[in-house]
Amino acid sequence: MDQKSLTHLQRLEAESIQILREVVAEAENPVMLYSVGKDSAVMLHLAKKAFYPAPPPFPLLHVDTTWKFRDMYALRDKAARDAGMELLVYQNPEAVEKGINPFDHGSVHTDMWKTEGLKQALDKYGFDVAFGGARRDEEKSRAKERVFSFRSANHRWDPKNQRPELWRLYNARKSKGESVRVFPISNWTELDIWQYIHLEGIEIVPLYFSAPRPTVERDGLILMVDDERFPLAEGETPVMRSVRFRTLGCYPLTGAVESEAKTLPEVIQEMLLTTTSERQGRAIDHDQAASMEKKKQEGYF
Amino acid sequence: MTTQEPIYKTDALIAENIDAYLEAHQHKTMLRFITCGSVDDGKSTLIGRLLYDSKMIFEDQLAALEADSKRVGTQGQEIDFALLVDGLAAEREQGITIDVAYRFFATEKRKFIVADTPGHEQYTRNMVTGASTADVAVILIDARKGVLTQTRRHSYLVHLLGIRHIVLAVNKMDLVGYDQATFDKIVEEYTEFARSIGITEFTAMPISGFKGDNITASSENTPWYTGPALLPHLETVELDSAADQAKPFRMSVQWVNRPNLDFRGFAGLIASGTVRPGDSIRVLPSGKTSSIARIVSLEGDRDLAVAGESVTLTFADEIDCSRGQVIVAAQAPLEVADQFESTLVWMDENELVPGRAYWLKVGTQTVSATVHAPKYEVNVNTQEHLASKTLDLNAIGVANITTDREIPFAPYDENRDLGGFILIDKISNRTVAAGMIHFALRRAQNIHWQATDIGREHHANMKHQKPAVLWLTGLSGSGKSTIANIVEKKLARMNRHTFLLDGDNVRHGLNKDLGFTEADRIENIRRVGEVAKLMTDAGLIVITAFISPFRSERDMVRGMMQPGEFVEVFVDTPLSVAESRDVKGLYAKARSGQLKNFTGIDSPYEAPEAPELRIDTTEMTPEEAADAIIARLIP
Repeated sequence: MDQKSLTHLQRLEAESIQILREVVAEAENPVMLYSVGKDSAVMLHLAKKAFYPAPPPFPLLHVDTTWKFRDMYALRDKAARDAGMELLVYQNPEAVEKGINPFDHGSVHTDMWKTEGLKQALDKYGFDVAFGGARRDEEKSRAKERVFSFRSANHRWDPKNQRPELWRLYNARKSKGESVRVFPISNWTELDIWQYIHLEGIEIVPLYFSAPRPTVERDGLILMVDDERFPLAEGETPVMRSVRFRTLGCYPLTGAVESEAKTLPEVIQEMLLTTTSERQGRAIDHDQAASMEKKKQEGYF
Repeated sequence: MTTQEPIYKTDALIAENIDAYLEAHQHKTMLRFITCGSVDDGKSTLIGRLLYDSKMIFEDQLAALEADSKRVGTQGQEIDFALLVDGLAAEREQGITIDVAYRFFATEKRKFIVADTPGHEQYTRNMVTGASTADVAVILIDARKGVLTQTRRHSYLVHLLGIRHIVLAVNKMDLVGYDQATFDKIVEEYTEFARSIGITEFTAMPISGFKGDNITASSENTPWYTGPALLPHLETVELDSAADQAKPFRMSVQWVNRPNLDFRGFAGLIASGTVRPGDSIRVLPSGKTSSIARIVSLEGDRDLAVAGESVTLTFADEIDCSRGQVIVAAQAPLEVADQFESTLVWMDENELVPGRAYWLKVGTQTVSATVHAPKYEVNVNTQEHLASKTLDLNAIGVANITTDREIPFAPYDENRDLGGFILIDKISNRTVAAGMIHFALRRAQNIHWQATDIGREHHANMKHQKPAVLWLTGLSGSGKSTIANIVEKKLARMNRHTFLLDGDNVRHGLNKDLGFTEADRIENIRRVGEVAKLMTDAGLIVITAFISPFRSERDMVRGMMQPGEFVEVFVDTPLSVAESRDVKGLYAKARSGQLKNFTGIDSPYEAPEAPELRIDTTEMTPEEAADAIIARLIP
């Protein structure tokens, strides 16, 4: 008898591929939101596997804030090219015009570039399904998120109006104007993601690995001075620290951790021995309790 | 808190030899389980404890937890583990969980996904959802309360969803002084009940989620208990996926991969069995056979794939195969049928409407299906069978289902993927029910379609016309019958062979057994649709005049006809105008309450969204309306 015991990563991979294919079979105009982070990298890799030998039959969409790390922009363009996929980059024109930035505009920065930018991009291209790389283990309110998350015509998420998901059956039917966010890697944990990147040799942004980088301290976060737009106090000079990032976002909002982990196994080792959770490096979650949930209702991913 | 051995003995390994750790971790298997219990059984506390003991809680989360415990916790100054897992803000304030939440943790041997579902009566829906993907169910009982109604309900649902491994966790043992007699009495009572509903095996254990007894290791407080602690048990339970591999090969086709003319691959997730290049296969329902040429993957062709894997297969021969069809081992095909008995779990606020057409999705195929009136409803608390005409939110019942075409399937007992289905409302698109196929009905197997030599085209050609159904819909008194009558007269003058089916007239004969409830109105339209279909087969132009208030039924009739043959004519008259005409005096009766379920008054009229033709009777005379309809039919 041919028997083989599937490992947890093999089961997760099979489940994610099944979700990706189901959307392509049922959606009219799907898109994959690509944020260049490690979760996006895994999601893109799974898409390549799901549709091989064809390239994934949908474009990548990067909702850009103009404030990502330079390394992220470089990998973004390369990854799309390598996958043979079209890359769409969207920047909210109003935010461009007003020069919205994380230094002067606080939470307006996330709201206009990301929340509004995403809605505008989806409307502009008429995408009815958008893949996102969110995971249920990231945050308490996400533990209850469906794999298929339905949004009203004005992109709102109504927690009471979500569909039950049984077995491997997803109901992707929707009325005109409604859209769906689909999270193929819902059931992966941070460790699963790292382990899979390691096993599959997936290319990720070098910022995840430790290197000497120019940094300053702000409100207890170590921030990297990635370009000349970073406003330094008078007489302040960036300090070279050996740091890496556990999550990636806009560089002025993403805290680094001091680390010597230069390889994937070392990063995983550090992660396993660490004592603080992944999202702690992101300024966005510290606003208030249940803030992710509020942002989700407003249309942030 | 009692101190327990940490279940992660690997900390040292992580620090000393990360490569060895990764090597070990990558071979872990995965187990999904569901926890069921009533509100105060300590379910959230148990899950919080599992996360805590398996070191899934970080320092910042622990700090927040300690602060929260003091602020809103229910455990005094001690850590309230339940706060770790209660999710959405509104729920946290109410102090209950009201949905399915998924949690993750891992031990040295396995990764676990826990479906956390609430114990409230009205949330059968959530428990069924969580149970649908679980290998194991952990049923919690409060040691002080014993087997409750909820325990019976949870056990029934878990068994219904086909979960083979059940753990009876008698919780809060610390509050009964770890008393063996209390535990034994509960187990005895549960054994008797379990047997009565068909559960033959379960594992009972005394635990305390709050204190940590028998969670990660055997507790000193229960020396009389010699069985395994909860986690070690979950680490060694046999996975269903192993058994699935031993069954015959089945895979629903999800997507056909055609990057170019030289490649045609069939993508899907293997529901059972194994597959190798060279294996003989059959595609259902067409029955065409071929053999597997390649198992294609990004890393190169594979020589074996097993149940649970997502794969892309190619065939040795060019045979038709598309999404929704099922590829099976040639020597072990599936049954194909269009009538089934099944159990339904109703999940929507709008109750089941027997006779109405819903979308049924099973595997990767979606077909139109009607549900017959339930044979019985099951009282989930007592498992008694009750007579019922419908199923409302959280009700469970057994009913026959008819699909509009034959589908390959497996009984749910044999295969969850090919026997579990959902029903989708055609208008709202909501998932309204989950179902489990028991078996195909004999009548579906014994009644075959008799092919006749003189077909519908022959009939139509003899009449020199194209058959059609002119379906007039609108409020009572809108003028449907008047217009239909003129249309028929004009067509007769043009030597067209027609037949007029009128709502009132049909109710004197064919449909005289039907009343005006929603279910009867649906059956009324279904029969008229079937009659109209026979008449189009005979080559006739059929004109119908029925209020036909529901969109789903009009769409059902549309679906019965050949494409292009169904012409929906919306006779649009405002309610006030129709009511002021009141030719038959029915509106007056309805307004005074003498007539129930009258469309427009106390029963809704769902106007067509995209009719082939709309007649505004406030602007057109019946003659003009008839001409417009004929112009649409014969341009």
